[in-house]
Amino acid sequence: MKMPVPDSGVIARRREIVEALRAIVPGEGVIVDENELRAYECDGLTAYRQLPMVAVLPGTVEQVSQVLKACKAMGVKVVPRGAGTSLSGGALPLADGVLLGMGKFKRILDIDYANRCVTVQPGVTNLGISNAVAHEGFYYAPDPSSQIACTIGGNIAENSGGVYCLKYGLTTNNVLGLEMVLMDGTILRLGGKHLDAGGYDLMGIVTGSEGLLGVVTEVTVRILKKPATARAVLLGFPSSEQGGDCVAAIIAAGIIPGGMEMMDRPAIHAAEAFVHAGYPLDVEALLIVELDGPAAEVDHLIDRVEAIARDKGACYARVSKSEEERLAFWAGRKAAFPAVGRISPDYYCMDGTIPRKALPLVLQRMQEMSDRCGLRVANVFHAGDGNLHPLILYDANKPGELEAAEAFGNDILRLCVEVGGVLTGEHGVGVEKRDLMTDQFDEADLRQQQRLKCAFDPDGLLNPGKVFPTLHRCAELGRLHVHQGELRFPDIPRF
Amino acid sequence: MTITTLKPETTAQVTDAVRWALSANEPLEILGSGSRRGLGRPVQAGHALDLSGLSGVIAYEPEELVLTALAGTRMDLIRAMLADRGQHLAFEPPEGGTLGGLVASGLAGPRRISAGSARDHTLGIAGVSGRGEAYKGGGKVVKNVTGYDVPKLMAGSFGTLTALTEITVKVLPAPEDTATLLLAGLDDMAAVAMLDRALRSPYEVSGAAHLPAGVAARSGVSAVSGAGGAATLVRLEGFGPSVAARVTMLREELRADAVLGRDESLAVWREVRDGAGLGEGGDAHLWKLSVPPSAGPSTVTAIRRTCDVEAFYDWGGGLVWLAAPPDSGAAIRAALSAGGHATLVRAPDSVRAATDVFQPLPEPLMALSRRVKESFDPKGILNPGRMYAGL
Repeated sequence: MKMPVPDSGVIARRREIVEALRAIVPGEGVIVDENELRAYECDGLTAYRQLPMVAVLPGTVEQVSQVLKACKAMGVKVVPRGAGTSLSGGALPLADGVLLGMGKFKRILDIDYANRCVTVQPGVTNLGISNAVAHEGFYYAPDPSSQIACTIGGNIAENSGGVYCLKYGLTTNNVLGLEMVLMDGTILRLGGKHLDAGGYDLMGIVTGSEGLLGVVTEVTVRILKKPATARAVLLGFPSSEQGGDCVAAIIAAGIIPGGMEMMDRPAIHAAEAFVHAGYPLDVEALLIVELDGPAAEVDHLIDRVEAIARDKGACYARVSKSEEERLAFWAGRKAAFPAVGRISPDYYCMDGTIPRKALPLVLQRMQEMSDRCGLRVANVFHAGDGNLHPLILYDANKPGELEAAEAFGNDILRLCVEVGGVLTGEHGVGVEKRDLMTDQFDEADLRQQQRLKCAFDPDGLLNPGKVFPTLHRCAELGRLHVHQGELRFPDIPRF
Repeated sequence: MTITTLKPETTAQVTDAVRWALSANEPLEILGSGSRRGLGRPVQAGHALDLSGLSGVIAYEPEELVLTALAGTRMDLIRAMLADRGQHLAFEPPEGGTLGGLVASGLAGPRRISAGSARDHTLGIAGVSGRGEAYKGGGKVVKNVTGYDVPKLMAGSFGTLTALTEITVKVLPAPEDTATLLLAGLDDMAAVAMLDRALRSPYEVSGAAHLPAGVAARSGVSAVSGAGGAATLVRLEGFGPSVAARVTMLREELRADAVLGRDESLAVWREVRDGAGLGEGGDAHLWKLSVPPSAGPSTVTAIRRTCDVEAFYDWGGGLVWLAAPPDSGAAIRAALSAGGHATLVRAPDSVRAATDVFQPLPEPLMALSRRVKESFDPKGILNPGRMYAGL
C-alpha cells in the first residue's frame, strides 16, 4: 500500500505553515512536538503508521474554516480525524499534511424531544448521544462496536453501522442535518430538523465520504424510542449452510429482527473461552436472533423464529428468559474481536458484504484459502444484511505474516465482489481497501466519483490517498470528450 | 416543445443517444412513462429520451431483500411482483410511473417517518451521465459503504445528473395487518401535540396525520368524513397480534375516539399519501412543506396572515400539504422561519416555468449544486431547468 509521495517543498515550509496555523488556533491547539504527534500516527488500522507534519485542534467552526482556507491557499493537504477508531485507515496522517483533530467539539447543543432529534458537535461520542437521551427512554440507533469511543463526526465520515442496522438503518438513514466546511473555508448547512434536505441529496453523498469532501462541524440526528421489550434466541446448527437457510427463512417469513448475528466454530470457541456466555461448543454455526418491540409482538415472533429454526435443522435453541440472559447472549458476540485477540497475537478484521445465499460458498472458499496460506480465520457475520467480518489470525512478529494476512484478506474481499457483493459493508475503504476499488468498480465508475470529489475539493487537498487508487487532476477528469459528427444512433427508434 | 422522441431499448443505445445529444448540443428531456412531468419545472428541450423501452425486472430475491430492474420498468408490475411475495417498497411512494421516475423524483409517503424515503431504499444504480459515459454506483446488497453513495444523489435529482438505466432497490416485508386510531375534533396545535405523543410512545407508529375539518369532510372513508370535524390519524402496522396489542394500549393512552380496521386504514392513508381532498377543481396551487414537526401548525398560521390557504399535516406535523392561491410562493417561503423547504407540486406548466418550484438554495449551496451538476453533465443536456433555472 503506497501513500502519495510526500511533497518535500511543503515539508520544507513547515515552519511557515505552523505559524499560519498558530495565527488561527492559538496556544496548545497547534502540535509540533514529535512525542505529542505520536498520538495521531495511526487509527484503528494499526498496521499503518505515519507522523503528521503538524496537528491542529481547532475549537470553533470559524477556526476550522480558517484552517482549511489557509491550507488551501498554501497548497497543504489536510487529514480530518475524530476519535481515530477507523478500521480502514481513514484517518492515517500524511507526512506532508496537517492533521485536523476535531476532539474539542464535544458539546451537545440541543435535545429536542418534540422533533425527536438531537444536535451535537462532531466530537460527541456515538454512545454519548444515546446516554444524553436515555432518561427519556430514547436512543440513537446506529451502534458501531466502537460506540464508547467513536465520534458522531467519524460516524458521518464512515457511514457507520452496527448490529441493529438491518432494522434501523446505517448512519445515513438517521442523520437529519449537517453543518460542514469545504476545503475553501465555505461553511454550509445541509438539512435541519425537517426531513429531506431541499435540492440534491448532498447529505447522502457527504455521509460515508470518508473525510474527502468536507469537515463536519455539527450534526443533527434523529432519536428513537427504545423498544418496550427485547428478547434474544440462541440457535445452533450442524452446518453454516443450515444457519444461512434459517436466516433466509426468517426474512422470507416477513420478520426483520432487531439483530441477527452468526458466528462460526472458531469464533464461537474463542468467545466462549473468553466470556463464558454459555454458547454450545458442538455446533458449526451459532445464530443470535433478537426480536424487539411490544411484548405481544416479541412473544409472537420468538415462537415463529423457533419453529423456523427447528424446521431448518437447528440442533440447539435457547430463548433468553431475563434481561441478564439476553445480555449474556450478546456478551460473547460483542467480545468476539478481543476474544480472537486472546488466541492469536494479532488479527486482521475484514468487512465485505455478500448476498446471503452465497454464504456457504464463501465460507468454503475462505477455508480453502486459509488452508493454502496457513493462517486461521474466524468468522462473525451480521447475518441479516450479509455483512461478513472474517478475522484473520496472524503474528506480526513472524516475518511475512502481516503481508500474508493482507493478501488473504484481499482475496476474501475479491471473493465477496465475485459473488455479487461489495468490498466494505461498514468499515469504509480508507487506505486498506483502496487498491481493491478497481475490482468492484470500473474506470468510468471511479472517474465519476472523483469528479464529485472535484466539485467539493478541486485541488484534491482533503484526505488524499484514501478511497481512490489513482489520483487524477480535476482538470483532466473534467475534460469532455465530444466527437463531433462521429456519433450517430441509427438503431434507436425515433418518433 | 418536445419535437422528437428517442426511444432506446438497450443501455448501449442510451449511451449513443446521450453522446449524440452532446455532440449536437441538443438538450434531452428524460422520460419514463411521463407520469411525473407535472413535478419540477418544465424542461426546455427539443428532444425527449424515453426510457420506457428499458423495461424488465433483472433479479428479485425476496430473501436478500433486493430487487434490480431496468429503469423504465413500470411500477405496477414491480408492485404486483413484490405483493406476490408479501413484500413492498417500505417508503410508500405514490402509485404509477416507472421505477426510474420514482427514484428520480425522490418521493415518499406517510411511512417516511419510520421507513425513510426513496433515497434510503435506492441501493445501486447504473446509467449514462451527461458526458455520455455509462457508469454504475452503489451495489446490489443491502449494506454497502464502498465509495461515495451515488445512488442517494440520484434520488430526487429529477434526471438532471444521469439518465438512469438500471436500479437496485431495497425491498421489505409488507405489514401483515394495519389499523388506525382516530381522534376527532382537535385543532391543529392540539392535534400535532397528540401526534407527538404517539410518536414518542414505544408503539412504532408508522403514520401520523391530521386532517382539519374541511379536508376530513371530503374523505372517501366514511369514518373520517363522518368524524364530525377534524380527524387526527395514528397508524399501527405489523404482525396481527402486535397490531392488536398496540391498538389497545395506544387507544387508551391517547383516548382515541375510534379505530379504523384494515380496509378503511389502507384507504385513508392512500388519500393522505396522495394529498387528496385538497385544492381539487379550483385554480389553487398545491404545495408540500417539509418543516420541523412541531413547527407545522405555526407555519400554517403564519402563512394565513397573508394568504387564504387550506392545509393538512402528515409526518407528525413535519409535512404540510397546502392548497394556496396562485402567487403565494413568497408568503409561504417567508413563513419557514423554523427551517425547512417548500415545493410547488401542482400548478400549470406556465406557472412552474416562471417560478421557483423547489426552495431556492443559499448561494454557497447553490454554487456547490452547480458544480455537482457540472461533474455529471457539464453541458447541461440532461433535463435542463427541471429543478432550478439554469441548472
